[in-house]
Amino acid sequence: MTTLINIELYKIFKKWRTYISFIAVTLLVLLIQLAISISGRDATRGLTGQLSNSFVMVGNLLNAYFVSYLILNFVIVNVPFLIVLVAGDMLAGEATAGTYRVLLTRPVSRFQVVLSKFLSSLIYSYLLILWLAVLSIVLGIVLFGTGELIVLQKGLIIFAKDDIIWRFILAYFMAGLSMSTVAALAFFFSSLVENAIGPIITALAIIIVFTIISAVPIDFFQVIKPYLFTNYMFSWRLFFDGTLNYVEIIKSVSVLLAHIVVLFGITAYIFEKKDILS
Amino acid sequence: MNEEKVIEILGLTKKFKSLTAVNDLDLTVYKGDVFGFLGPNGAGKSTTIRMMLSLISPTSGTIKIFGKSLISERNEILKRVGAIVEKPDFYKTLTAYKNLSILGRLSMGEVSRKKIMEMLELVGLDKRYKSKVKTFSHGMKQRLGIAQALLHDPDLIVLDEPTTGLDPQGMKEIRDLLILLSREKGKTIFLSSHILSEIEIVANRMIILDKGKKVVEGKVGELLNKNKLKVTFEVNDINSAKNILDNTVWKDKIYSSIDNKMVFILEPENISSLNKYFVENNVAVSAVIPTRSLEEYFLNITDKSK
Repeated sequence: MTTLINIELYKIFKKWRTYISFIAVTLLVLLIQLAISISGRDATRGLTGQLSNSFVMVGNLLNAYFVSYLILNFVIVNVPFLIVLVAGDMLAGEATAGTYRVLLTRPVSRFQVVLSKFLSSLIYSYLLILWLAVLSIVLGIVLFGTGELIVLQKGLIIFAKDDIIWRFILAYFMAGLSMSTVAALAFFFSSLVENAIGPIITALAIIIVFTIISAVPIDFFQVIKPYLFTNYMFSWRLFFDGTLNYVEIIKSVSVLLAHIVVLFGITAYIFEKKDILS
Repeated sequence: MNEEKVIEILGLTKKFKSLTAVNDLDLTVYKGDVFGFLGPNGAGKSTTIRMMLSLISPTSGTIKIFGKSLISERNEILKRVGAIVEKPDFYKTLTAYKNLSILGRLSMGEVSRKKIMEMLELVGLDKRYKSKVKTFSHGMKQRLGIAQALLHDPDLIVLDEPTTGLDPQGMKEIRDLLILLSREKGKTIFLSSHILSEIEIVANRMIILDKGKKVVEGKVGELLNKNKLKVTFEVNDINSAKNILDNTVWKDKIYSSIDNKMVFILEPENISSLNKYFVENNVAVSAVIPTRSLEEYFLNITDKSK
């Protein structure tokens, strides 16, 4: 299995499209950090708002943690567009290229093939999130230094310097789980067709529809909202609550994991039964 | 010939909705055979090969390879099989060397650089080992396909039209390679083709498939040479020719006569005797065109399929 995963990752990183995501994330982070460094304290004023009129804000509020928190808010909603580029191509790409014929005539079971491809998609998703994290925090430290983190969630919360890193680690992990669900969805559609364009567009369409359903305040939508994975795209924010809501965290992780497992299960079944005609 | 069965197919059928691509096919290939799998385009050859390699599942029937069931012992079987299925496709962004390295690792765990370079040299691609496959012509990809099929030294080699896209020299090299693999290395080769002459050169046994059904099976030599031939004689004067044949044994052998062409059904050894008889009786023969009945039959089904 390790050999298979290594081979799949090698194939992924030998494709130009793989780097589109990393380049896009790099540009976004650089642009946001550059813009914040230019606008300086104005950036924090938007968040603290009128509170700065009532409280005396001391210390370096415009720091790497604050900037990374902002970036995660802005960027994460667009990362699915980058994830599906690779995950949607994992199976359909082999069909398009005709390489199933050399791959699936090897003494490796189809389940091993589909599992290695799936795990490679998840690794890719997490690597992208890791890149986002490293770039945001390291570049942030270089440009802005460190300090307390001030966030506005159900009120204004200020985290001490030594109470931040673990929150970021878990938040990025949760964001990675959300992106893995997106990858699992695109991967599932990738098993159905022989061209990667279809899975990419379909997965994005579903994300957009689910996101809208999650946002529209109609009773019926509110009933189904807890079951939609898009409802948990921002669950990483749970780690920036003053007191952690373990019930919500466990619920988010469970729903996302359930989506991943079910989507992979269906994909594996389809792939096992699939006639390779390409 | 060793009678150990390498491939044993019984009642193999594949249906795609209303289309029956392969219909109740029985087939046996013995160890050391170069088995010709002949048929026009759309006869069901590639579908059969895909089922033999577990790329598609049969609607009914059984496939045993090396005496093992393809369903229950797929991986054990595929360790000993090298194959090209239809046109060769590879990972285009990777080099020829890397493609073989990846496919070799999947087949045999690890594969040495020496072994990969040997295979590339065998098919004449050793100078291009660093080139990405996207820069390869169809013929070069075909050669790389043969290299990947032979890389793990398989006992059974399944080749689906391996000379398609090659120039005449390349076709000859591949045929010579197949003969070498069979005669000197004892490999069993399952060779699909729609070209009868190709099968005739390299195969010892063959079947002809048409519309998914087996129509002819046997030893190539017997099927092609022991049959009577349909021989066309082009003569200068058809009436004189007919007259001199009256009251001879040749008259019963006339199949048809149109314009200046007389067609006979003859044993191969009688062709020269009849020619001599015409010449001795002052009938000039401008051409003698033998057509083997099997060849004609195959050409007929090929034409119908177009």
